[in-house]
Amino acid sequence: MEKTQLRRQLANIRQSLFDQGFLDEQFVQLEELQDDANPNFVEEIVTLYYRDSSRLIVSIEQALQKSPLDFNKLDALMHQFKGSSSSIGAKKVKAECTQLREYCRAGSGDGCLRTFQQLKKEYTTLRKKLEAYFQLARQAGPIDSACRPK
Amino acid sequence: MENGFSSPRSDVFPVGLRVLVVDDDPTWLKILEKMLKKCSYEVTTCCLAREALSLLRERKDGYDIVISDVNMPDMDGFKLLEHVGLEMDLPVIMMSVDGETSRVMKGVQHGACDYLLKPIRMKELRNIWQHVLRKKIQEGRDIEGHDVFEGLQILRNGSDRYDDSQFLRVEELFSVRKRKDVDKYEEKEFGETCSTKKARVVWSVDLHQKFVEAVNQIGFDKVGPKKILDLMNVPWLTRENVASHLQKYRLYLSRLQKENDPKACFVVGMKQTDSSLKDGDGNFSVCSSLGVPQTDVTNSSFSFLGDNFLHNVDSIGCEADRKRVVQEQTSEPKRAAATELIKTRCTHMKFNNSFASVESEGKLVACYPWVEAPQMKLKQESKPHQVQINQLPSVSSISSGRSATEKDKGSSIESKDCSQQMVHLNPPKPPTDSFSGKAKSFNEINDHFEPISTATAPLGVKNQNVIDLSSISTDLGSGFPFSSFDEDLQGYLIQDGCYPKNLEQIIEFPDYGDPGIFTEGPTHLYDAMRFGYEYSYDPTEYPVIDEGLFIA
Repeated sequence: MEKTQLRRQLANIRQSLFDQGFLDEQFVQLEELQDDANPNFVEEIVTLYYRDSSRLIVSIEQALQKSPLDFNKLDALMHQFKGSSSSIGAKKVKAECTQLREYCRAGSGDGCLRTFQQLKKEYTTLRKKLEAYFQLARQAGPIDSACRPK
Repeated sequence: MENGFSSPRSDVFPVGLRVLVVDDDPTWLKILEKMLKKCSYEVTTCCLAREALSLLRERKDGYDIVISDVNMPDMDGFKLLEHVGLEMDLPVIMMSVDGETSRVMKGVQHGACDYLLKPIRMKELRNIWQHVLRKKIQEGRDIEGHDVFEGLQILRNGSDRYDDSQFLRVEELFSVRKRKDVDKYEEKEFGETCSTKKARVVWSVDLHQKFVEAVNQIGFDKVGPKKILDLMNVPWLTRENVASHLQKYRLYLSRLQKENDPKACFVVGMKQTDSSLKDGDGNFSVCSSLGVPQTDVTNSSFSFLGDNFLHNVDSIGCEADRKRVVQEQTSEPKRAAATELIKTRCTHMKFNNSFASVESEGKLVACYPWVEAPQMKLKQESKPHQVQINQLPSVSSISSGRSATEKDKGSSIESKDCSQQMVHLNPPKPPTDSFSGKAKSFNEINDHFEPISTATAPLGVKNQNVIDLSSISTDLGSGFPFSSFDEDLQGYLIQDGCYPKNLEQIIEFPDYGDPGIFTEGPTHLYDAMRFGYEYSYDPTEYPVIDEGLFIA
């Protein structure tokens, strides 16, 4: 059946996200929280995360444009970002956050800039993957036919 | 304790536990809400610390526990933590993605029951009810000061080492008091306070109000159980009741003060046996600034909040490590550190001294209560609501008898940051003045107590925990910035390994403001300790404290 195939596909994609290190255990926690009361819980959380963190990204970009760099502020922003990213289990994004914080502490402006580029890349990649994942989930899943809130 | 907002759980505890979650991250807020709901808890969320505080104040008994993130835009999580502990005396759990030991330590020092690292697992949240239970038990013990004290005496005399488990201690204490009461207590609903279990004085709001009025009337620095009792004019109340309540009150205040001035908090506890002065059996926590090489921080909880305090006091003995950690305060100007002298084995005897925090200077300063005191005063002036109390002689009263006054002065006087509704202490003036006199006395004291005055291992304190005492003396004159509470800066001295040994005696530092005390010599230490309970009767100088503070 198409649905079965979809579900299998879904499972594979999901597994690869873990295998490739995009997601960690926290994502599973979210999945476990999903229930009848909140059938789209995971998707809602991810959406919330991307909405909230996009603002953070803007703040960080602004902070990175200042000269000289305010490392304390940057560190604080990164701390926030890291905390946020940990909420959905965005493993690679989190790792970049940690790296960026290291550079902040070291006072390395170049390091910060480079790492931030890397971070944005991971952030965007994950977003795309999750969007595709949820879209598929909606197709494959029996109940979730609601439009994705944007 | 129900005010109608949310009734106590009618189901089996911990079902329906009322949790308030505070986090500026909306994603986490949602996740936590869901997790807590899955635990069958009743959840309220908010993303601003101030909002949380107003919610808590609105419904004082509306929540059982608070979970808060450390980093929030409008208010530092630690500050919120202090406020909650002070005003509502609820257990608070901190959360952060940052698990650095120093941060965790800070959380514990500020009174957090627990510190969770993000990402948080469901199973961690399932267990939070333990903190609620523990707190209730502690409260019960607090109220029943007498019993606790006796229990402590028994414990103290009876054991050499202490179990790390606070619960064990709690049970020990309970067994001293009455086992059945405890069991009953633990089983019943948590809608009631422990105090109602026994035929004890229940300090109702009205009664406490009278108490506070009496205290204010007398003048906090002159307060004593007898005077209070007379003023209160409550026929059925005994001097002992008042005394134990006064003790608790002082502790509460000192905790407030400590919270207000996190930087300045030093927890000092001293336990000494007769020989301690000489052979170093005594344990006392020396406040040290950052420089102190503190390796073990096991029971930093020891310095916190009043109720915890009792709990901690008990565990002080068993806690091998007490550290005073000075938080990073690079950006902060020097602030007075609230030093708290904690008597380890006497719950009712808690001293809270605020000492200037050294952190800001990055200096290592061993904070001995009596030593620090003078410094504190110097800075106190800068902040009116600061602890003058702190400065007050929380040095343990070495002199027999007067210990109470001295100590009392220092201990609960600490007031919390008055910015909110707390206690409004008299402006630091009086302490300041007294301090100048005291400052000198400290030097005398230092000289007088040889073991203490040595930089390294005074009173048998392990070297590693003792920062250069002599430096303290010299610093005394330097005028430590004893500014108002700096939430960030809260140092608690944690003694390393000294405690478990001899808990027979606790050294109370006499009011350092009174040089005469020190000259009495170490022998008085033990006496003072013994009568620790008594010394609380003689007030020396207490700043007036706003009644609002202590409303349960």
